[in-house]
Amino acid sequence: MKVAIVKYNAGNIRSVYFALERLGIEAVITDDHEKLRTADRVIFPGVGEASTTMKYLKERKLDILLRELTQPVLGICLGLQLMCAHTEEGDADCIGIFDLEVKKFEMKLKVPHMGWNSLENVRGKLLSPEVEGTFVYFVHSYYAALGENTSAMTHYNIPFSAAIERDNFYATQFHPEKSGPVGEKILKNFLEL
Amino acid sequence: MLAKRIIPCLDIRDGQTVKGINFLDIREVGDPVEMGAEYARAGADELVYLDITATHEGRNLFANLVRKIAEHVNIPFTVGGGIRDLSDVDPLLNAGADKVSINSAVVKNPDLIGQVARSYGSQFVVVAIDANFEEDDWFVYVNGGRIKTKRRLFEWAREAEQRGAGEILFTSMNHDGTKNGYANQATAQLSTSLGIPVIASGGAGKMNHFVDVFGEGEADAALAASIFHFREIGIQDLKTHLRNHNIPVR
Repeated sequence: MKVAIVKYNAGNIRSVYFALERLGIEAVITDDHEKLRTADRVIFPGVGEASTTMKYLKERKLDILLRELTQPVLGICLGLQLMCAHTEEGDADCIGIFDLEVKKFEMKLKVPHMGWNSLENVRGKLLSPEVEGTFVYFVHSYYAALGENTSAMTHYNIPFSAAIERDNFYATQFHPEKSGPVGEKILKNFLEL
Repeated sequence: MLAKRIIPCLDIRDGQTVKGINFLDIREVGDPVEMGAEYARAGADELVYLDITATHEGRNLFANLVRKIAEHVNIPFTVGGGIRDLSDVDPLLNAGADKVSINSAVVKNPDLIGQVARSYGSQFVVVAIDANFEEDDWFVYVNGGRIKTKRRLFEWAREAEQRGAGEILFTSMNHDGTKNGYANQATAQLSTSLGIPVIASGGAGKMNHFVDVFGEGEADAALAASIFHFREIGIQDLKTHLRNHNIPVR
């Protein structure tokens, strides 16, 4: 199976690569349109600032490419936020695969929301029922609100989208590559979709 | 609900795990990658690896080690020790570390906090503070607890947050190595006055010390070394104990 990780100006792409390696998959990290289009699975990870990252993606027309992909695509963390319609971070229009608004957590909370939190109301194809109530690792200051594409929610004072999916597009706000055996299970589910 | 984190800390010298008692008297305990993977399996929430090597060769060993840890460990890990400037941070994060912990270098050059935060994001920056309570105040120490500075704990932590730190790792030198419990009061004062998570460190000896530091101490995470390395407390037993005391854990 050919798995491509979208290469862009974001941190921590290595850890996704290593997590796949632990599952016996040697992924390619690339921004080559042809390689991304022909991969069996595309992972769009990332940690970074949203508006500068969107600018980077647009310059390389990766935003258009991502929207047109037909194989299963998995966005992680910032990847999820960039697959939404708009983010408050740098007031940026995003790729718009999901019709969701990304907002900043209120300042009365400790921000970033950092650490292990639980998945609730799990549904859909990416997350199997056994991950209901289990803990996964989050690090983020912005969140996608709940919507009809929400496939799992998590509470950090307010409920937000921990995972979303629509057609061939899947995304998690948490880091499956850093979430121990539960995260490995979710990555495996993605590879087996 | 956001869980309280348990973080084993591994001190590394020349690529091996060691544990110092009260910042001296170091003895070796094992292979850092194996130990990390074992802690992850046992239910540790995060790991911290601190390079205490003074030599150049040792530092290169540490950078190679970070990559091996990233390959084998499936939970987040922080690396630190000996970071002087941004050029020391790049290879560690590129090797797959999730966060860097910086201590003495940011006391000497506070601008470094902002530099790392702007380059990578605040969530990558843990500011570690070693402090000792004396003359009615908490004084910040650098160079592994050897040199006293004029800085005070609470002011320095607040400044670190304003400069872009994503987390504070507070070690009480008075408590470190004593096994008499964490500095709960100071930790609570830090945790409630800051808008970023606080990791408490120094003094863990019994399971109830963790109950106290999460309860009274209001810590977001608790770090310990020897009690885990020498198997005095098992991570799973500790999680069960905390759960029984209504502390949210994974």
